[in-house]
Amino acid sequence: MFGWEFPPHNSGGLGVACYGLSKALAKDGVGISFVLPKMMEVSADFLKLVFASPEEIELNFFNSLLSPYLSAESYLSRRAAEESGLYGQSLFDEVERYAALSGSIADREDFDIIHAHDWLSFLAGIEAKRRSGKPLVVHVHATEYDRTGDGAINPFVYKIEKEGMAEADKIIAVSDFTKRKIVEKYGVDPRKIEVVHNGDDPSSVSGERSGESLLSRIKEAGFKIVLFVGRFTLQKGPDYFLHAAKKVLEMEPDVFFAMVGSGDMEGQLRQEVAALGVSGRVVFTGFLRGGELAEAFRAADVLVMPSVSEPFGIVPLESLRNGTPVIISKQSGVSEVVRQALKVDFWDVDEMANKIVAVLRHPPLSEQLARDGQAEAAAATWESAAKKCINIYQNLLTTN
Amino acid sequence: MSVCLYFHVHQPYRVKKYRAFEVGRDHSYFNDSSSSDLNNEKIIRKVAEKSYLPASAVLVELLRRHPEFKFAFSFSGVVLDQMEQFAPDVLDSFRNLVRSSRGRVEVLGDTYHHSLSFFYSPREFERQIVLHRRKISKIFGQVPRVLRNTELSYNNDLARWADRNGYLGILAEGWDPVLGWRSPNYVYRPKGTGKIKVLLKNYRLSDDIAFRFGERSWSEWPLTADKFSSWVSAAHLDGETVNLFMDFETFGEHQWTDTGIFDFLRALPGELLKDKYNHFLTPTETLRKYQPVGEIDVPNVLTWADTERDLSAWTGNDIQRSAIKEIYALENRVLRSRDPDLIEDWRRLQTSDHFYYMCTKWFADGDVHKYFNPYETPFDAYISFMNAVDDLKLRLDNPKKKRSLNISLSNK
Repeated sequence: MFGWEFPPHNSGGLGVACYGLSKALAKDGVGISFVLPKMMEVSADFLKLVFASPEEIELNFFNSLLSPYLSAESYLSRRAAEESGLYGQSLFDEVERYAALSGSIADREDFDIIHAHDWLSFLAGIEAKRRSGKPLVVHVHATEYDRTGDGAINPFVYKIEKEGMAEADKIIAVSDFTKRKIVEKYGVDPRKIEVVHNGDDPSSVSGERSGESLLSRIKEAGFKIVLFVGRFTLQKGPDYFLHAAKKVLEMEPDVFFAMVGSGDMEGQLRQEVAALGVSGRVVFTGFLRGGELAEAFRAADVLVMPSVSEPFGIVPLESLRNGTPVIISKQSGVSEVVRQALKVDFWDVDEMANKIVAVLRHPPLSEQLARDGQAEAAAATWESAAKKCINIYQNLLTTN
Repeated sequence: MSVCLYFHVHQPYRVKKYRAFEVGRDHSYFNDSSSSDLNNEKIIRKVAEKSYLPASAVLVELLRRHPEFKFAFSFSGVVLDQMEQFAPDVLDSFRNLVRSSRGRVEVLGDTYHHSLSFFYSPREFERQIVLHRRKISKIFGQVPRVLRNTELSYNNDLARWADRNGYLGILAEGWDPVLGWRSPNYVYRPKGTGKIKVLLKNYRLSDDIAFRFGERSWSEWPLTADKFSSWVSAAHLDGETVNLFMDFETFGEHQWTDTGIFDFLRALPGELLKDKYNHFLTPTETLRKYQPVGEIDVPNVLTWADTERDLSAWTGNDIQRSAIKEIYALENRVLRSRDPDLIEDWRRLQTSDHFYYMCTKWFADGDVHKYFNPYETPFDAYISFMNAVDDLKLRLDNPKKKRSLNISLSNK
């Protein structure tokens, strides 16, 4: 299995998904060699970790800027700003280096199936297939169209994605939403694609906290809290959240809007908050994880996920598990899994505001959504995702 | 064996997509004019073209061809209002059909607003019964003698109420757990009543037409009129009357023309009458002709819906229960306002369909509710409804304020 990141060295969902899926696969008796592009301080007793990092160049990746969520565009601009730094490699060099080293890893390791997660590891997967002749499964957690919010895609990334999909014996998409994208934008035969919805690991966002966080104090002061959790990028639609906030405040003044996360757009969002005249009602908490994030969910009255294009989107499941109802973008994979939720088009800020107000005003609605949604989230497990993957593996092994 | 047919005609005033911003500004809740299925005028016209008009034409033809043919209608007051407003030709067609039938078409009693008021406010229920009786008498020249409550909802208390108020009979679902080993094809006496009788729907035979007719996976598909009448004849040893109750929209709307439903309807009376032991009776005639063979005891509410046959399709979840409670909690204040528009809006919000649209049962079991839901999700139905209720409350708080009329006939 080729990945790019692994908890706790992850900046978002890809590492979490790889961890959850491989753990459930291991529980079902699948032996996994999990390959990462460089040495990281990670440990997992249920699989074998392999690092594609010869000693001599390891130092070069120290302090790496690399993150699978940066669009190539923003990576390059950030890199230009830090050109004077120690390292001189681009993201693409890194991807290609990973692929080059994966060949020898394929020679060394004993395996039946190659499973590569997202474009960053596709070339590595293809190389492993070339060397071993074993079937390749590429797992699409997000496409370049999602990362750029359907804006300007990077042709190099697109090319790698397309190549991975072409070389793969089977493609796993994290949702029907993503499957449609793969068919429409990459011209892939839908019969080659299987949908495996992500699960959610109940232990990922939980734990006790002091109850003394900023959000808890706001709640205690009698205000309602509406939550955004995610990276501040075009893809996640934080700007739509702020515009909806403005409209909600015109009807319901005693509400705070909490932005949990960090990202490229933070400066722009802070300016937007000022321009909309809602500075007194929007708080930026920074990036939260574990118990702190759980506490934010519990303090909030409703979570909004206004993503422009969300292949899956685990945050609503985390929110529901913490008992907080959700409003989710229809442009998301998770809305295929959660029915006990309010759904909006990300661009329809009027409707977003209408639904936020409804949840705040009508306790029977928010209580029912929280209770029934919690049950639904509990049913979205990695175990069932792993079962589907094993089926796919078995079909590939019997037909090959 | 008698065959007692009744067709139910009803369309609600659906609440438009009414957002929080509109509360306090826009007091018209039912005037969607988009191309969505919340546009009441559009729906009435569509249902009329697909179902009411062609089905009525078949019935006229059947009354002419078979002097023995008889049946009953029930109309909600709100569907009659909408026909007056949006489709006067359709109302004329029903009026002529009933009035020219010389008593062969009976019209049943109902609540004006197709509400579940009996279970929430018996006094409001009585007011809606009176409103309905006046409307029926004005349009059709009949005073209903037989009561059919919203969604066929029924319990011992309702039967006692109808008994006290002089009805000959009342309709209910012929549900097995209520009947035990007994057949629905007899007339029964409701528990605790003196004179009134109950007619029970033969739901198997009714649903063969209403639900299963066009279902190709059904083992009896295609259902022909002679096959169906052989089933009725087969019931001769099992009772005195087969009561076939269904929505009038069955013909052309629930079962589309291309299923052959109109040909079936056209052929059915002739096929049934081929068996000389069969004849048609209206509900009133059926109740007069047969004596009760036993007692029916229904302490809990019985309806036509789902496998539960209870009110859970309307009041099964929290948002449904809270929405319906909210609306009845306003009763005294609304009536005291003496504002006819406000009272009428409040009553239109009592129509059971609003609560049906909020049902979340179909997430798990089947798609009956989804098919009938003009809202994207049950939550969308609830949100528009509650926003309208919030606006209604503001109108109660500011009774002096000038308001635009809710229904404006002139700009149609």
